[in-house]
Amino acid sequence: MTRTTPANDSAAEPTNRRALRSQARGEQSRLLALSLPAFILVGTLVLLPMGWLFWLSVYGSDGFTLENYTRLLHPAYKETLITTFELAFLVTGLCILLGYPLSYVASQLSPRWASLVMLCVLFPFWTSLLVRTYAWLVLLQRRGVINTWLMDMGLIDTPLKLVHNFTGTTIGMVHIMLPFLVLPLYASMKTIDFDLMKAASNLGASPTRAFWEIYVPLTLPGLGAGVILVFVLSLGFYVTPALLGGGRVMMWAMQIERSMAVYGDWGAASALGVVLLVMTLGILWLLGRLTGAFAGAGGR
Amino acid sequence: MHDASSDTGPAFAGPGDASAASAQDHSLPISVKSLVKSYGAFRALDDVSIDIRSGEFMTLLGPSGSGKTTLLMVLAGFVRPDSGSVTFGDKEILLLPPHKRDIGMVFQNYALFPHMTVAENLAYPLKLRRVGKAEIRERVERALDLVQLGGLGHRDIQELSGGQRQRVALARAIIFEPRILLMDEPLSALDKNLREQMQFEVRRLHEQLGITTVYVTHDQREALTMSDRIAVINDGRIQQVDGPRALYEKPETYFVANFIGETFSLPVEVAGDSVTLFGQPIETGAPLAHGDKNQSLILRPEILHMFEGDPDPGMNRLSGKVRQHVFQGDSVVTYVTVEGERELAVRRQHRSDETELAPGSDIQLGWLVQDTVILPEGDGSS
Amino acid sequence: MLRKAATATQITHLQRLWLYVVCALVIVFLVAPTLLVVPMSFSDSRYLQFPPESWSLRWYEAYLGSLEWRRATVVSLQVAGLTMVVATITGTLAAYGLHVSRVKAGKYVSVLLTLPMIIPVILLAVGIFLTFAPVGLNSTILGLVLAHSILAIPLVLITVTAGMRNFDINQEMVARSMGASRPWAFLTVTLPQIRNSVLSAALLAFIISLDEVVIALLIAGGDKATLTRRMFLALRDEIDPTIAAISTLLIGLSILLLALSQFLQSKRD
Repeated sequence: MTRTTPANDSAAEPTNRRALRSQARGEQSRLLALSLPAFILVGTLVLLPMGWLFWLSVYGSDGFTLENYTRLLHPAYKETLITTFELAFLVTGLCILLGYPLSYVASQLSPRWASLVMLCVLFPFWTSLLVRTYAWLVLLQRRGVINTWLMDMGLIDTPLKLVHNFTGTTIGMVHIMLPFLVLPLYASMKTIDFDLMKAASNLGASPTRAFWEIYVPLTLPGLGAGVILVFVLSLGFYVTPALLGGGRVMMWAMQIERSMAVYGDWGAASALGVVLLVMTLGILWLLGRLTGAFAGAGGR
Repeated sequence: MHDASSDTGPAFAGPGDASAASAQDHSLPISVKSLVKSYGAFRALDDVSIDIRSGEFMTLLGPSGSGKTTLLMVLAGFVRPDSGSVTFGDKEILLLPPHKRDIGMVFQNYALFPHMTVAENLAYPLKLRRVGKAEIRERVERALDLVQLGGLGHRDIQELSGGQRQRVALARAIIFEPRILLMDEPLSALDKNLREQMQFEVRRLHEQLGITTVYVTHDQREALTMSDRIAVINDGRIQQVDGPRALYEKPETYFVANFIGETFSLPVEVAGDSVTLFGQPIETGAPLAHGDKNQSLILRPEILHMFEGDPDPGMNRLSGKVRQHVFQGDSVVTYVTVEGERELAVRRQHRSDETELAPGSDIQLGWLVQDTVILPEGDGSS
Repeated sequence: MLRKAATATQITHLQRLWLYVVCALVIVFLVAPTLLVVPMSFSDSRYLQFPPESWSLRWYEAYLGSLEWRRATVVSLQVAGLTMVVATITGTLAAYGLHVSRVKAGKYVSVLLTLPMIIPVILLAVGIFLTFAPVGLNSTILGLVLAHSILAIPLVLITVTAGMRNFDINQEMVARSMGASRPWAFLTVTLPQIRNSVLSAALLAFIISLDEVVIALLIAGGDKATLTRRMFLALRDEIDPTIAAISTLLIGLSILLLALSQFLQSKRD
């Protein structure tokens, strides 16, 4: 046996312990330091300002105040809040309705066709948001393509009001948000083992039942991720509602911009901002917990 | 750290002229003392000490999670232990970063650079040492010849078979004449035939270069075939360091006895120098290393012999009943029950002229006194 | 073909023809509106029609003839290029460091670095405006580059980390055992192999900056207005057909970059 007992158990520290420990610490901090530039950028331009915003929202000219928050109870703000949530729910719902069948079919296509479909999903993703919003503006306006077509076909006599209102905003936003739902959903559907469905039908489940009771629960984690993304992005959305809503659809983000840029009211802008931030993080946390539960129910 | 002047000399002794003297120059002894490495509450290395001689082929053998790879990674510098000491020659290297240790290394998955050709892979360590272009070309060719891949330097890694990749990895690890070669289960990804062929190749290369080699494997057969000495590791502790034969015939711990080769154990009672097995006294070749009352008799299928009558003198004996014969081609294994419930196996050469005893027949088992191994169960080091 | 079973549950393709029709419509919904802009940009009329009654290049001429549009384009390209450099370098360094180090703090750092993806852009914009005001970075190229880098870093981090996961870290170890220092091993062994991930990340960073509207709206005034800012303001007032021409150019650029990134990804395997 070559095992040797240490020369002196009680005496001095084991060989090299201190040097090794300080070396380990040095190496780890050098590696962590690689993320320092990114960390400093994000820290000074995201964390710091968020703290500042919070400070501005509770600290007025005469000390601490909750006045900026009590002001938010005004009906005008309440209406904005309701519009924002209405739109976010509607957009999320429509995205599920359109995105689920698309992901379902795409996940079962041959690789060649699937990649073609996914390319079509990615294309709007890569195209400028503004360009896509502009496209809808051109299509939906009073003398736009859709109205012209409908009138030429004799289906309508007077142009429909499709844009600069809630309808136009919804259509535009669904178009923008759909890829965010499809991508995680598609990814999760790709991983589903179809033997489970086979097993279910062997056990006597009808295709419809197998679909609802086996397949859909398995896709919930992916669907949950997509839903979170779409809902949260919708809550804070600015560009598309501002252009397609034509000033008639007031979203929370627009209220913030307006308080700041038009009225120079930092108190209101920061309070609105803090509320939006809290809502966003709150929903993310809540849905994160829920999808965790879904994932558990999915048998993983 | 690496001797720049050695770059002007021959890469290593060519196939024809391997002399012991030049081999010794290129290798260093390794001395490991009191290494400790914990991950939280888990002790991956628990006070490990081992000396590896210059030019030796030392295998670290153990089950997965035993700490053998951790020990290798400590030698390489990729795992930093909590405390301890490692010297190469007379230099303490534990605080040196990996790139200053001058070691050659072969990984299980080869870790060849896929964005370089075979020759570029081999040239990589030489370029780091600022070896001239002409010499690089020459040494790469010689290294390829050495691993029998001459003329394949321009190939992409993807074009190579598993065995060829293994050879490239090996050539790359030795081309810069490191003093020490570390190998982490390098053959485990190969199929059985190729593996046996490569075992022979690695061993031949080692004899040619005489480089101190530390080889990690969980395959006991591979360890027994290739090594000068084997260190058996379990639970972060070194169980025994010995030559293959000694390790097989004279295991010092119950773990080693069970891990290497096929073993069966029977309970024995020890009182002073006398040992009783199922109430019968048996003889031991040497005094027992442990004084515990309850220990185990370790029996391997090939040391047992079957007798219809009395066993030869100078043998310990045991009576049993034949249960079953299993034909394995080159050998026949007979399973024998002793004391009603315990089972032993006896292996003997297959011979067509022998008739087998019918199952159920009474039989005497015997084994040489010097083959008697008695060890306490559990951690034998206590 | 149609009668073949589509799934393990024995529904034929014919039985779910309706599903394919729905999917085709959704794909049309996703792709067609954007693509309709292209032919319309060549229309001769102030009112954009499809198909256009007569063709001309007048909106492209209007775009190229306008000093303001040209200047905005230059600003956008400058900012996007610089953002690409800043975000790719800082993001890749962070991704490597966080992947290789085993410190617990690393996990928190990566969560922190992805925060800009979660926080509504309008808030980021307001906050950045606040921070830039005292140091005079509003309406500067540097300010825009820093702000856009914040948006791009999370995506660079995610893309490069995915690349690192596919990379066999043993290769870097073997390089170090042969005498390469860690930075050198990274440059000669790791980087060449995660190259495609890094390039994809760079393309993403470029396009994120080029397309960004909200932050530019708040912090990019005067002669540092970006293309998207000018487009947004022009659209809010009236639908100027020049924008159709610009949009067509941007769509062309998107297709080019998308093709490039797909190409890189296919080579990654």
